[in-house]
Amino acid sequence: MPPATDLGWWGVVIAVLGGAARVSTPYLFVSLGETLTEKSGRVNLGLEGTLVMGAMSAYAVAYLSGSPWLGVLVAGAAGAAFGLLHGGVSTLPRVNDIAVGIALFLLGTGLAFYLGKPFIEPVAPRLPHVALGAWSASPQIRAALEVNALFVVGAVLAPLLLWGLGHTRWGLVVRTAGDNADAAKALGYSVGAVRTLSTMAGGFLAGVGGSFLSLYYPGTWNEGLSSGQGLMAIALVIFARWNPIHCFWVSLLFGGATALGPALQSVGIASNYYLYGAAPYVLTLILLIASSSPRHALAGAPSELTISK
Amino acid sequence: MTEAPPAVEVLGMTKRFGDLLALDGVSLALAPGSFHAVLGENGAGKSTLVKCIMGYHRPDAGRVLVGGREWAIGNPRQAHRLGFGMVYQHFTLVPSMTVAENLVLGAEDLPAVIRWDEERAKIDAFQRRMPFAIDPARPVATLAAGEKQKLEILKQLFLGRRILILDEPTSVLTPDEADQILKAMRELTEEHRLTVVLITHKFREALGFAREVTVLRAGRRVGGGLVKDLTRDDLARMMIGSASIPDPAARQATASRAIGLEVESLNVLNDKGTVAVRDASLRVHAGEIVGVAGVSGNGQRELVEVLARQREPASGAIRVGGAVYARTRAEMRRHRVFVLTDEPLRNACVRTMSVAENLAFRNFDDRRNTIGGWLVSRRALRAQARALIERYRIRTPGPQARLETLSGGNVQRTVLARELSEDVAVLIAQNPCAGLDFAATAEIRARIMGARNAGAAVLLISEDLDELLELADRIVVMFEGRLVHETSRETADAHTIGHYMASQP
Ligand SMILES: Nc1ncnc2c1ncn2[C@@H]1O[C@H](COP(=O)(O)OP(=O)(O)OP(=O)(O)O)[C@@H](O)[C@H]1O
Ligand SMILES: [Mg+2]
Repeated sequence: MPPATDLGWWGVVIAVLGGAARVSTPYLFVSLGETLTEKSGRVNLGLEGTLVMGAMSAYAVAYLSGSPWLGVLVAGAAGAAFGLLHGGVSTLPRVNDIAVGIALFLLGTGLAFYLGKPFIEPVAPRLPHVALGAWSASPQIRAALEVNALFVVGAVLAPLLLWGLGHTRWGLVVRTAGDNADAAKALGYSVGAVRTLSTMAGGFLAGVGGSFLSLYYPGTWNEGLSSGQGLMAIALVIFARWNPIHCFWVSLLFGGATALGPALQSVGIASNYYLYGAAPYVLTLILLIASSSPRHALAGAPSELTISK
Repeated sequence: MTEAPPAVEVLGMTKRFGDLLALDGVSLALAPGSFHAVLGENGAGKSTLVKCIMGYHRPDAGRVLVGGREWAIGNPRQAHRLGFGMVYQHFTLVPSMTVAENLVLGAEDLPAVIRWDEERAKIDAFQRRMPFAIDPARPVATLAAGEKQKLEILKQLFLGRRILILDEPTSVLTPDEADQILKAMRELTEEHRLTVVLITHKFREALGFAREVTVLRAGRRVGGGLVKDLTRDDLARMMIGSASIPDPAARQATASRAIGLEVESLNVLNDKGTVAVRDASLRVHAGEIVGVAGVSGNGQRELVEVLARQREPASGAIRVGGAVYARTRAEMRRHRVFVLTDEPLRNACVRTMSVAENLAFRNFDDRRNTIGGWLVSRRALRAQARALIERYRIRTPGPQARLETLSGGNVQRTVLARELSEDVAVLIAQNPCAGLDFAATAEIRARIMGARNAGAAVLLISEDLDELLELADRIVVMFEGRLVHETSRETADAHTIGHYMASQP
C-alpha cells in the first residue's frame, strides 16, 4: 500500500518526531520530579494522582483567569501540596512510602474528578507553542514541528537538574539522604525534612506535567485524560538510572512509541491501530526485562530506596 | 589547620541500658596532642563511652570539659562544633559520590552553589599537608577498604575536627595499611595538630602508637597509664582480670584423607558483572584446615557468598563428601555444612530479632525445637539460647534482647555459637576473629582447631596472615580472583605469601 501523502514515509518519521515531543512532555516532567524524589531516598507512587490533579486545577484556573501560565503555576502548587502530604505522612514512624503513594494516587484522581465536574464543558485558553518548522513550505512539517513551550522548559530543566545535583549544597544533601541516611544524620541534616522537600519539588514538576495534558495536548479536561502516564514515568526513572538527561531521552522514546500509531494512521495505515497503541506498554515491559538481572544490583539506584533494599 | 586541639576532660561517665550498667563512672583526661588508647573486652563499654562523649547517647551521669569549661553535649553536631570527630569501624561515606564531594559535604559553611574549581584547589592544598592523599575525582564505591578508612580520617581533618575518636578503625585494614595510618596519626599528635582516642583490640597498635592507655572491664576503668611503663602482659591482665585465657588448641594428627569440600573450576561474577573468582579449584580434606590468604577485595567475599548460596556461580562445580552440593537447606543439614560469613550483622543475622531467634536459624524447625513438628516452641528456643549464651559467654541482657543492642564482638560470638555448636563436617569461615578481643580470639581459634581435630574439613578465608599461619595446614593465596600460590604449613613463609598477596610474580 503506497503512503497517501506527498511526503511519503518521511511523513511518518516527522510525525513520530513531532508526536514524540508532544507526548513525551508529561513523561518528562513526572520523571524529572520522581528522579529528584527518589534521589532523596523516597518513592512517590502517587504521581499519577498528582498528574490528574494538576491537569484539572490548571484547566480550571486557566479557564477562570484566562491565563494558561497561571494555570501551570497553580497545577505545580497543587502538586507540591500533594508532595507535602506524601512527605509528611511518610516521615512518621512505621509508615511505608509506597503505601502512602498508592493512597495519594487514588485520592488525587478521585479529588480531581470530583472538583473537575464543572469544567468538562467550558473551553480554557491553551498554552503557546514554538514553531520549529517555520522554515518549511510543507504544511505537514510545520504542523508536526510545532513544539510546545513546556517541552522546551522541560528540555532545559533536565540538564539544570543534573547540574544542581552535582553543584549545589542542596543537590549534595539530597543525594546523601538518598544514599546513606546515617551519613546525612551525622552531618546534622533532618533526613525526613530533606525527603519531604524533595517530594514536594517532585510533586510540583508532576503537577506541571499534568497541566500540559489539559492545556496543550489533548487540551481539554475530562476524566479519561491520563492513561497511566504518571505510573509509567516512575518505571521510566528506573531505565533512566536516576539520571535527568537519560530521563529526557527515555521520555522522547516513550513519546515516539505512543506517536507511532497515529503517525501510521496519518499515512493511511489504519490496520492494527490498537496494536500500535500498545507500543509504549510493550516497550515498558521489554525495557524492564532487558534492564533487570538476578545477578547485578541496579547500578545508580539510591541505596536508601525501599525498592532497592 | 594550625590551631592546637583544646584539652578535654571526661569525668565520671555513667550509662545504663535497662538493668545493664554499661558504663560506671569512667574518667579520662586528654591533654592537647595526646594519643590515648582505650582497651577492653567485647562489651566492656568502649563504644558506649565514646558515644556518650559524642552526644549519641545521653549519659546518666558524667561531665565533659573542653578547654577547661563544661559543655552539655546533646547531639553529635554540638560535639562537632567543639572539635570532636569520630571514625567508625563501618564507613559513613556516601558510596555513589566522589572523594571530593564526600570531603566538602560536611562543611558548615558550604555555599549554596559549589564552585568546584575553588573547592578542588582547597582540597589539593589540604591534601599536600596530609601524610596521605586520595584522588578527589574517584567515586568512593571504587575505593579499597584501606583507602576508604583514610578518606574517613581525611574528611574529619578537612572539616577541622581536632579531637579524633577512632572506634576500631583498623579491623578492615591490612597490618601495613593500619601501621601507615596510625603512624600518620601519631605524627599529627606529636606536632600538636590533633588529639587521638583509639579504641582497639590489638595490643600491637596500642603499644606501638599510643602514649597513654585506659583499660575498661565491665564498664569500669580498671587500669591504665603511660604506655612506656606497661607491657603486653600488664594490659592483658587488666583486661580479663582473674579469668584465664584458653590455651591454643593443639594440632592433632588426623588420619582420614577423605575429601570434605571440593571446588572445581569455579567462576563467579561480582555485583557489577565482572569476574571476581576466576577458575578456582581447591580441595579441603576431612581433618584439615585450608587457609585462603589475600588482601580483601580479591574475590574472597564472592567465593564465600557462593558457598553460602548468597550468590550463584557463573560456572564450575561444588562437591561435599564427593556428592554434588546444591547448597539447599536440606543438603546443608545432611552434609553438616556450616558457614561463618564476614560482617555477620549484615550477612548472617536479623538485627531486629532476638538473640534466641538468631541462635535458632539453623535448627528452629528441628523436631526438638518444635511442638508436633511444625509449631515452633519459644520455650525450647529460649532454653537453647540460655545454654549457648553460657557456653560461648555472650554478653547480653538476656535471650530476648534484640541482636542489634549487643556489642560488635558479642554479635560475632552469637553467630559462632550458632554455627559451631553442632557436629560440623564442613566449616567455611571468613575472618572469624575480626573485632574480637584477644581472649575471645584465642577461644574461637581453639574451637576451629577443635573442629578440625574432630574431623571437620575447614576452609578458612582470612585477611590476617598470622591467623592463617597459626591455624592452617595448607595455605593458598588469592589474587584478583585466582588462586595463585599454594604452600603447606611446613614450607609456609610470611614473606613469600605476602609477595603473592600483593601481586603475581
Ligand atoms: N543501645 C543499647 N541498648 C542496650 N544495650 C546496649 C546498647 N548499646 C550497648 N549495649 C550494651 O552495653 C554493653 C557495652 O557495649 P559497647 O558497645 O560499649 O561494648 P564495646 O566495649 O564497644 O565492645 P566491642 O569490643 O565488642 O565493640 C554491652 O553489653 C552491650 O550489649
Ligand atoms: Mg564497640
